[in-house]
Amino acid sequence: MSRRLLVSFFDHEDDILGASRTVREAGLRIAGAYTPYAVHGLDKAMGLPPSKLPFVCLLLGVLGGAFKVWFEFWTTAVDWPINVGGKPWDSLPAFVPVTFEVMVLCAGVSIVIAFLFASRLWPGKQAVPADPRVTDHRFVLVIEQADAVFDPVKVHELLKRFHVVRVEEREEAR
Amino acid sequence: MASAASSLRTPLIEGAKTPAQVTRDICAVLDRKPTWVWWTGFLCACAALVVGAAAVTYQIAVGIGTWGLNNTVGWAFDITNFVFWIGIGHAGTLISAILFLLRQPWRTSVNRSAEAMTIFAVMCAGLFPVIHMGRPWLAYWMLPYPNTRGSLWINFRSPLVWDFFAILTYFTISLIFWYLGMIPDLATIRDRTKPGLRRRFLGILSLGWDGNARTWQHYETVYKMLAGLATPLVVSVHTIVSWDFATSVIPGWHTTILPPYFVAGAIFSGMAMVLTLTIVARKAMGLEQYITVQHIDKMCKVALATGCMLGLAYLTEFFTALYSGNQYEQFAFLNRALGPLSWCYWIMVGCNVGISQLLWFRKVRANLVAVFAIAIVINVGMWFERFVIIVISLHRDYLPSSWASYAPTWIEVATFAGTFGLFFTCFLLFCRFVPVIAISEVKGVLSVGRKRAVFPAATVGTPSASARVGSEEKEVLA
Repeated sequence: MSRRLLVSFFDHEDDILGASRTVREAGLRIAGAYTPYAVHGLDKAMGLPPSKLPFVCLLLGVLGGAFKVWFEFWTTAVDWPINVGGKPWDSLPAFVPVTFEVMVLCAGVSIVIAFLFASRLWPGKQAVPADPRVTDHRFVLVIEQADAVFDPVKVHELLKRFHVVRVEEREEAR
Repeated sequence: MASAASSLRTPLIEGAKTPAQVTRDICAVLDRKPTWVWWTGFLCACAALVVGAAAVTYQIAVGIGTWGLNNTVGWAFDITNFVFWIGIGHAGTLISAILFLLRQPWRTSVNRSAEAMTIFAVMCAGLFPVIHMGRPWLAYWMLPYPNTRGSLWINFRSPLVWDFFAILTYFTISLIFWYLGMIPDLATIRDRTKPGLRRRFLGILSLGWDGNARTWQHYETVYKMLAGLATPLVVSVHTIVSWDFATSVIPGWHTTILPPYFVAGAIFSGMAMVLTLTIVARKAMGLEQYITVQHIDKMCKVALATGCMLGLAYLTEFFTALYSGNQYEQFAFLNRALGPLSWCYWIMVGCNVGISQLLWFRKVRANLVAVFAIAIVINVGMWFERFVIIVISLHRDYLPSSWASYAPTWIEVATFAGTFGLFFTCFLLFCRFVPVIAISEVKGVLSVGRKRAVFPAATVGTPSASARVGSEEKEVLA
């Protein structure tokens, strides 16, 4: 099973933004887009759902902070309580700074790890760029040719309106 | 961070660059052979590093009795340098995180090098507490102290422990933030490098980045979250550093103003260091069109604002001491201004509050030689600020019979010089091997202050784009 893709190349962010919005509104399926920098609004134009990574960040941050409070309490009040200047064993306000730091550490490290998992990035992964210049100045929009509504002539007309530089057909093995 | 183009704003990046030109210009620095300026700087930095390494080896072998400390002045050069370096790091996080949240597109030209500065400065700072332990090979006694009764845990009520966690978190988050920002740029260099060892190495570091829009979306989210985390973090780090002093009962240290005062001072000193580095780097690497006079101007304004906050803090400290009616507090401040080490105090005031006022003038801010000189003066002044707070507060305590003075030994001076060696060695290597400007972020702000037509994409003149499309398309369809 393979799918046929129409790969179009653009030179400017406004073009790919407009093209992806129009393509999506025409009922075609966008298989992916590749850009040299973060094009703002492209996710909305493509109809991508918002990233859920902030929830990972929140969850791990809260878990890390909670663990740290418990750990500080356990070491200073339970495992080996030591009288430091007559302060209470469970001097919670004094635990706040370390708890905050550990919370930030857990939240920050976890969201980056989650990002690498979600985006399937890892050291040694072979990048297969849609175009070697996509990390330089090329914008690439990949449209799936699967649907019955796909009409090559119409799609080319549409892409031309957005100053498409080149259009290419590719087959992708699944 | 592509803001809406406005004809009212001057372009951030000069020379009407296209994205392809941006890649070429910034990567050109990495492709060139190092210049004699780079080699001179690098060899000097290495020499200083070797001197520092020798000094550290000697003091670890012999003990920290090689320092000029005495019973009265138990903290001096070592902690001064620690706070000095940590403070410098803060401007990097301000530029990379706080200005990102405040949507300041100009940060894109300087954030990479400022973040690098943060990381190297925190490395230098972290060295001092490790040396100060005296027997660093027994550092594991802290986690926890092993003995027959069981685990003797560290005291989590101690500000020194807070400080350890703050620095650890700060370093880790800064490093992650820096690396994350670099992944797309490493992929850019990877794709323009010929196949070979370098390309394979870059391939590993860039984690298989291919510019996918979905990945960019996640990336932007993570970047925003990290900026949101780093912003309170950077404030907390210097706050906690100030608590090392503020939670004690030493007159001159035991004040509630210390946290905001330290944070403002940190950003002030860090901005001065960023200015020092960027003014030289932009010239040496030919990146004047990317780090423009406009960027320098904005950083000068941040330095001026924080410098004024610092001046206010100096005045407030004095007023509080006089108004408190506490004779020890009053003495501590009179001793700063009029005591035997008052020259340090007046260097501090003169450099930080006096000289920095020159930055009010547009002509001064536009004169890069003047800005460079002022930045150096501020760096010196901020070092003296920490020295004043630490040593002058300690050297004349409650009991006149225990009064003493302090002067650093050569070992301490050599160690400090060594940290400069470490800092500049790292920074110069960074300039050679990593794009000093965030390529992908700069591409996103090219449109700021420019009309759409400036882009020679398909819109302006040149052999009609549609004709080109037609021919290529025919090939494809044939």
